[in-house]
Amino acid sequence: MTSLTWTGPIADRARLLRLLQEYGVYAALVVLFFVAVGLDASFVEMSNLRVQLFQLAPTLLVALGMALVIGTEGIDLSVGAVIALAASVVPLYAGYGLGGALLVALLLGAVSGAVGGAMVAFARIQPIVATLSLMIGVRGLAEIINGNSAKPVIQPGILDLGSRNIAGLPEMAWIAAVCALLTGLLVRRTTFGRQLVAVGDNRQASRLSGLPVRRVLITVYVISGVLAALAGVLIVSHGAEADPANQGLNMELNAITAVVVGGTPLSGGRVRVLGTVAGALFMQLITAVLTQHNVHTSYTQIVEAAIICFAVYASQERGTR
Amino acid sequence: MVQQDLDTPGDFVLEVAGANKTFAGVHALRGVDFALRPAEVHALIGENGAGKSTLIKVMTGVYRPDSGTVRLAGRARDFRNPLEAQAAGISTIYQEVNLVPLMSIARNLYLGREPRRFGLVDVARMNREATEVLGRYGVHVDVTRPLRSLGLGAQQMVALARAVQIDARVVIMDEPTSSLEPREVDTLFSVIRDLKEQGIAVVYVSHRLDELYAVCDRVTVMRDGAVVHTGALAELQRLRLVSLMLGREMSTVREKGTTAFDTERHERREGQPTLRATNLSVRHRVHDVSLDVHPGEVVGLGGLLGAGRSETAKAIVGALATDGGTVEIEGRAMHRRSPAAAIRAGVVMLAEDRKTEGIIPNLSVRENISLAALPRLSRAGLVSQAKQDEITTFFMKRLRIKASSPDQKVSDLSGGNQQKVLLARWLCLNPKVLLLDEPTRGIDVGAKAEVQALIDELAGDGLGVLLISSDLEELIEGSDRVVILKDGRVVGHLADEEVTEEGLLDALATAPEEAEGEATVPGSSGETPVAAATEPAAPSEPAPVKENQR
Repeated sequence: MTSLTWTGPIADRARLLRLLQEYGVYAALVVLFFVAVGLDASFVEMSNLRVQLFQLAPTLLVALGMALVIGTEGIDLSVGAVIALAASVVPLYAGYGLGGALLVALLLGAVSGAVGGAMVAFARIQPIVATLSLMIGVRGLAEIINGNSAKPVIQPGILDLGSRNIAGLPEMAWIAAVCALLTGLLVRRTTFGRQLVAVGDNRQASRLSGLPVRRVLITVYVISGVLAALAGVLIVSHGAEADPANQGLNMELNAITAVVVGGTPLSGGRVRVLGTVAGALFMQLITAVLTQHNVHTSYTQIVEAAIICFAVYASQERGTR
Repeated sequence: MVQQDLDTPGDFVLEVAGANKTFAGVHALRGVDFALRPAEVHALIGENGAGKSTLIKVMTGVYRPDSGTVRLAGRARDFRNPLEAQAAGISTIYQEVNLVPLMSIARNLYLGREPRRFGLVDVARMNREATEVLGRYGVHVDVTRPLRSLGLGAQQMVALARAVQIDARVVIMDEPTSSLEPREVDTLFSVIRDLKEQGIAVVYVSHRLDELYAVCDRVTVMRDGAVVHTGALAELQRLRLVSLMLGREMSTVREKGTTAFDTERHERREGQPTLRATNLSVRHRVHDVSLDVHPGEVVGLGGLLGAGRSETAKAIVGALATDGGTVEIEGRAMHRRSPAAAIRAGVVMLAEDRKTEGIIPNLSVRENISLAALPRLSRAGLVSQAKQDEITTFFMKRLRIKASSPDQKVSDLSGGNQQKVLLARWLCLNPKVLLLDEPTRGIDVGAKAEVQALIDELAGDGLGVLLISSDLEELIEGSDRVVILKDGRVVGHLADEEVTEEGLLDALATAPEEAEGEATVPGSSGETPVAAATEPAAPSEPAPVKENQR
């Protein structure tokens, strides 16, 4: 209605905001990249990029699952703990080789996700509470399985996963990229993906339209759990040790940050996979740049906080439009 | 009693004069005059959107009128917020209880004005007094328990007790009985009579005519934001009351309507009904409703607001949990009751509330249309874009959905086009039975005619249609038969020649007790409904309250 009476500057501002919401994260990423290169040309050196990608891969995997969960108007705080759980079983099943360890870890991730999803879908516990309880319990479980101290992992099959390169880039990064691609396909092309978005946008209408709301919710948390478990295995294989007390700490927050900076609204109904990739990349690079230029961690955190606030603000404008 | 009807200006406890209120160009109130006498129970009635709630909000300080005045005890007042109105003596009890569920009952009763000793809350005294006060309202409970441990009815009593305790001169009750058990309704009525004795005026909003006649002295009827009638309730016949509410004069029922329905009735196909619901019950809302829909016929579901029409439709498709009853589709009973199961069986429902129960706002027109059909458009979980486009193009053309492209966000469309998108969502499932809950509410005239013509056509194609509409004309002209609901029960059937406005109004005005010839109702039975409340000297005992067993 208002667009009929107010044209001109207001409309332009709205359009600008829309552009910012749609493409802001990509523009920011490009700008950041050039700034980083400008400050220090060695930034583009392969060794540095490789380091960045090693660190990025697990975060991105977790963020992909998080994006799906957030798309259903939920949130999954248990992912950091699931990483620890996955890490804790790797040394136990390392004897079966990478395949065995991976299988057990992913299975546990799926179970954890199923528990969280069931709490949300059947018991109708708010996602934040359900996954918070899961986060506490699962980390406890991981520490029980592993014991207090970190355990070294020496099996070459497992270590290879975390250190090998394919076409000059870490295998871990390739895995994350493939998962991102699959997640994108899942959201855009599959029945499940469309149902997921619909459930997140208007759950009541989805239910009345006969959508399997509970199944969608549970599946989403299972996917998130599996991706987190995969990230856990990658972290262990890269670090050559399983340390459930420390691995995956704050990972849920990093993942949420990546999703939010990537432009996925917390109110559900939209999943931006490419945005999430860019968001994860952006947060990784900005931390790296600040750290490499000897900015104190405390200041780095403040910068990150500002970015998150801005991203949330920008994505909120959509709702009030 | 007689002198009550003599208007002596100045002795009103609460008076609204010439109130106007506009929201975004829509007149919610137009020059509304409303006057409340001390010690009277005043019914305020009207259909959805008549302006009742807005009027209440003006009286209680939630809204300020654009023009007009609110006078309390003869003094003009300008309440800036509900708190000021409350302090001045106007208490409101809403449908939903606005108290703190986790606090104790006594705490809730005295919230904000706790008895104190040495600056601290005197808990012992508070609990003692609360027990005493609530006892008078028929609530005998341990007042130290949290409020939420009480049933909804008892919570409402606590809210009422609280409202009255705050030196109320006026108590406004907005559908106070919607969540009450019959026994609790009786208690409420005796409390209302107590209030009257204390000289407190009560504004009573309800859609249940029996209740109005049982407890109210006077009535104000609103329609389209204006007051259409004020007067003594006992003198107003039910039929007249209903026609006032719906804006239909008995004498001026038009020969030919203005809807796009064909005047011909559909040929009713004999044999097995496509949909048969038997003894459906939903707690508090629907009681033993049975109905059937044959292929090719439009069955109207008539009734006033709150009669249980939407609830019946939702119970049929399994969107609302039922306490009992069966639903058969083409003779086969549906065992699993859920919207998904109903869709598989061929029953779909166009929900009443387009925004919250219909559209997926951020998805495109294409995705909204194909939403329910996704599994049928997919292979191995992958959605076929081609099929999706095919369906979308077909329905956009067929239903003349005006959108810039199939990719346009559905929330950017007009109401009428959104409704067509939702119709398309259901039609592409190829249903056997279509339940339409207010299919033309809030859409423009053109789209309305198109939807009505479509309903006709679908029935002609052999679809069974159950039509719920508050638009009398639409219901009368669109339906081949009408099943009439009241207070969640079927109270009448109209078929063929009986499907007229007169027939419908007649049926709506009849009390279910009369129709079924059961239960003696001291307060409101017989030809001349005598409101029990016309005996102000009645003792406070709940004797005159009707035995309303369900």
